[in-house]
Amino acid sequence: METPILEVRDLVKQYAATTAVGGVSFSVPQGMCFGLLGPNGAGKTTTIEIMEGILPATAGEVRYRGEPQGQRFREEAGILFQKTALQDFLTVRQSIALFRGLYSSGLEVDEVLKLCALEALAGRDSRKLSGGQQQRLLLAIALVNDPAVLFLDEPTTGLDPQARRNFWDLVQSIKARHKTIILTTHYMEEAELLCDEIAIMDRGRIVAQGPPQRLLREHFAEVLLELPRADFPDAARTLSLKFLEASDRIEITTEDLEGTLRTLLAAHVPLHNLRIRPANLEDLFLALTGKELRP
Amino acid sequence: MIRRLASVWHARNLEFLRDRGTLIFTLLLPIMLVVGMGFVFGGPPRPLFKVGVLAEQIDKASNPFLQERYVEFVATPDEPTALHKLTHQTLDLLVDLRGSGRYWVNTDSPKGYIVEKLLLAALPAAQRQPVTGVAVRYVDWLFPGILGMNMMFSCLFGVGYVVVRYRKSGFLKRLHATPLSAFEFLGAQVLSRFAIIATVTTILYVGIGTIIGFHSAGNVALVALLGVVGALSMIALGLTVAARFSSEELVGGVLNVLTWPMMLLSGVWFSLEDSPRWVQWVAHIFPLTHILDGARAVMLDGAGFAQVAPHLLYLAATTLAFLAFGAWSFRWRID
Repeated sequence: METPILEVRDLVKQYAATTAVGGVSFSVPQGMCFGLLGPNGAGKTTTIEIMEGILPATAGEVRYRGEPQGQRFREEAGILFQKTALQDFLTVRQSIALFRGLYSSGLEVDEVLKLCALEALAGRDSRKLSGGQQQRLLLAIALVNDPAVLFLDEPTTGLDPQARRNFWDLVQSIKARHKTIILTTHYMEEAELLCDEIAIMDRGRIVAQGPPQRLLREHFAEVLLELPRADFPDAARTLSLKFLEASDRIEITTEDLEGTLRTLLAAHVPLHNLRIRPANLEDLFLALTGKELRP
Repeated sequence: MIRRLASVWHARNLEFLRDRGTLIFTLLLPIMLVVGMGFVFGGPPRPLFKVGVLAEQIDKASNPFLQERYVEFVATPDEPTALHKLTHQTLDLLVDLRGSGRYWVNTDSPKGYIVEKLLLAALPAAQRQPVTGVAVRYVDWLFPGILGMNMMFSCLFGVGYVVVRYRKSGFLKRLHATPLSAFEFLGAQVLSRFAIIATVTTILYVGIGTIIGFHSAGNVALVALLGVVGALSMIALGLTVAARFSSEELVGGVLNVLTWPMMLLSGVWFSLEDSPRWVQWVAHIFPLTHILDGARAVMLDGAGFAQVAPHLLYLAATTLAFLAFGAWSFRWRID
């Protein structure tokens, strides 16, 4: 069996009285895009920063190609942090060249500029980039050493929909180069689109792990029917249906779609605004981590 | 508008007061300045004349001349050193009261002329030994001090603030995720700042030197060597200060606490020759004192390598000590 490129064993991170990560284990095979999902404070960033070698673990270990992280890991890992400031007064090209100079091998600066669609911005001061352009530059910097494993910590947070989709296209092109990617994200759509396998974390522990479709099959045999709240009369509340009330809609979950539709028609519930959809990762995420706001 | 202003004012005050480190250093600096100035400029009024006496100790009762008022008598057992001071007019007269009563007077010195009259009134038979030598111009004496002070501020603040800003912005954390080691990062900072200092100091040396008509009495290469080792020591000190902190205000406070005493006690503006012994001892802890003492010895008195070697050794040793401590205590990220 092939040695996983990254292996996390019984990882614990303790801050005074707080346990940020409470015994997490998983392994990532070469070429996989692995997603770490979870609400704020779940321990995703702490886990990924220990994996990156930035934070020391309180207990447990991270192994890269079967060995403890060392100089080889630093040479072969590309990292995009949640927040990173670059050196002032440098152009996009100079910023990339600075980081290229820190690695013994990697891609040419022009190649990275092309890969991240930054050629037209090469001469621009890096402080004068838009949010999406800035993220593309940080991705370019993470790619200068042609990394075997790429860490992306909430890479599209704060980007507009166009910039986010553009970034996803870039990540997919990197995936096509058989790179291993570790991704943390709040966006379920992002995880569903990019990740081959996900781990959902909550309160420092993994509560579910596997390929997204398999997890959805395991947790949701039902489909979801969404109705506007105004179309759902009080009388219908007494029907034997499994439903949840949101502020503006009713969400009915069922394994028997035809039977549920018949029940609704019999109760004279108007169905012209009915929406039927399969469960998605967001449903799974909320089902596993709850809907209450975290302190 | 007043309400908004008051809200921001209040929040800023809270931020400042809760940053204990900054608060302590902000209060510490003026206290240190008051105490330091008190020691340097305090005490009884200064005498009008300064007379060197060739003796280990001065017994005022042994000679009527030694009881003259408004004259400061300084025991100077080493005759060549005393004569050197006399030619530079840092002494107004030199007397040897151990035997025949010889004295040396700088015939170019107006104060020497007057104090000689006092001596001859007390000891008419004293034998005159004339020497000549113009006083070192204050501007010449100040010139190394200005260069050193500029070097000190540029090294300490230039390095200290930059590293803290890098840490605060997360740029250091990003660098930490690469194969770059702390020593390589610090080394690059030292060399970068050094290149700037070397260029600026050379321009100042040539520019100001030309304007004031300064010519070094000693080897300029030796002055440059002192500048190189001194700059490295100062940069390393700046890195040591910036090794851990993540607040620019705190680092500003710490750097002020380092730079002001150095500016006052290292002899940038005035000589500390007549200060209490312990003040001189404290002054010799500072790298700037060794830079200035060494540079003045070469530039004004034509000293050679052997004479400034102790200063060079001290500066080299402090460079290594500061760098080692800085690398050991260095933090890539905010804890």
